[in-house]
Amino acid sequence: MSDTDYNFAYLDEQTKRMIRRAILKGVAVPGYQVPFASREMPMPYGWGTGGVQVTAACLTPADRLKVIDQGADDTTNAVSIRKFFEKTAGVAVTERTAEATIIQTRHRIPEVPLTEDQILVYQVPIPEPLRFLEPSEVETRKMHALEDYGLMHVKLYEDISRHGEIATAYAYPVKVEGRYVMDPSPIPKFDNPKLESAALQLFGAGREQRIYAVPPHTRVVSLDFDDYPFDPSKAPHACALCGALDSYLDEVITDDAGGRMFVCSDTDFCASRRGEAA
Amino acid sequence: MTITHLDGGFADLARDAAHAFRAALQAMARPGRIEAVTGAAPPAPCSVAAGALLLTLCDTTTPLYLAPSHDAEGLRGWITFHTGAPFTGPEHAMFALGTWAALQPVTRFAPGTAEYPDRSATLIVEVEALANRGATLTGPGIETQAQLSLPETEAFAANRRRFPLGFDTYLTCGDRLAGLPRSTRVEG
Repeated sequence: MSDTDYNFAYLDEQTKRMIRRAILKGVAVPGYQVPFASREMPMPYGWGTGGVQVTAACLTPADRLKVIDQGADDTTNAVSIRKFFEKTAGVAVTERTAEATIIQTRHRIPEVPLTEDQILVYQVPIPEPLRFLEPSEVETRKMHALEDYGLMHVKLYEDISRHGEIATAYAYPVKVEGRYVMDPSPIPKFDNPKLESAALQLFGAGREQRIYAVPPHTRVVSLDFDDYPFDPSKAPHACALCGALDSYLDEVITDDAGGRMFVCSDTDFCASRRGEAA
Repeated sequence: MTITHLDGGFADLARDAAHAFRAALQAMARPGRIEAVTGAAPPAPCSVAAGALLLTLCDTTTPLYLAPSHDAEGLRGWITFHTGAPFTGPEHAMFALGTWAALQPVTRFAPGTAEYPDRSATLIVEVEALANRGATLTGPGIETQAQLSLPETEAFAANRRRFPLGFDTYLTCGDRLAGLPRSTRVEG
């Protein structure tokens, strides 16, 4: 099936070499966005084309791939990307976080701590943390070069003066190894502490043509102020299914009369706790 | 033109390159970790590991500098046939291959620019021995500290002081390789 119809992992070898070189430079300069010649993929922008290209460049036939979309293995985006690599690379897949060697994710970090042998690949819509403050790429590139991040602190300060707290709840900016301010992709800020991990983390933005990386055990600090320290925050509920008190929760509307429940966003974590085979 | 150039490439291009890249990625992401690679059989004096790196990362878009230690006709022919990488001087090289002594002075290799630090050279340094002893490494990719035998420490320490500019390095020995990104702090 996979041997004849496609090159291994879909992309041609020259494209993979180009992406691989970008990934290595990203690893060497943690948090810096490396431009790369993103290809058109057989899925629309916004569906994870950046992550898919990074995953394709990293996959080996021995890998076991897990794909999640906001923590869930069974959503359309996750299912279609998993099937894509089953078909084009013939790799094994899993829904178990602990069994996976590469995990491609949209907007979540799994609850179970990742290990040395795992790679986490993020799908990134807007890689530039300063983009909504400064629309010009020429200017933001200069700001990164000069380590000029005052504008970001002004934004966080204005949040506090307007709302009484830093109102950014997802894609919360971080500083990597004391140098580059980085957008961790739209993960909830609840996940920010997990950015310091034993696993290698790679970020791919297909439409914006950027790749960046956080190597294992790299210092990742969420931006804050001494008198307004970073707060990962969490809904004050337990998971209605597994009872977990320490996981990130989705609010699910259950009827038309205002009924709702809070459940784990990480489906594998929740199922494992309930003792089910995921 | 001799036909010996044609041998020694990856037998299964996509899969062999995938395995070699994963080893190269893990090595660069975890300085101090020594990875083994297979599948390449380059002519002397190039090691298996250096050959695998060239096959995995180089093509017609990556100017390559061969230091005097590796500027041999057989190796040139092999690289041209298998990768198509154009040969160039050290100042314009994206990749450079040679022994540490032959690559000197390393300050001439591109360190990237302030706005594009990725536009920097990657050095592939052939070493006599590669082991987890000698210089102490700290920084991204290392939990506490790691040990790695380096050809010298001062040049790498100076390279780190230029961060985020600087070159990145692979050390190769036989079929084994280790990575040393510019972000690593090197002592002793």
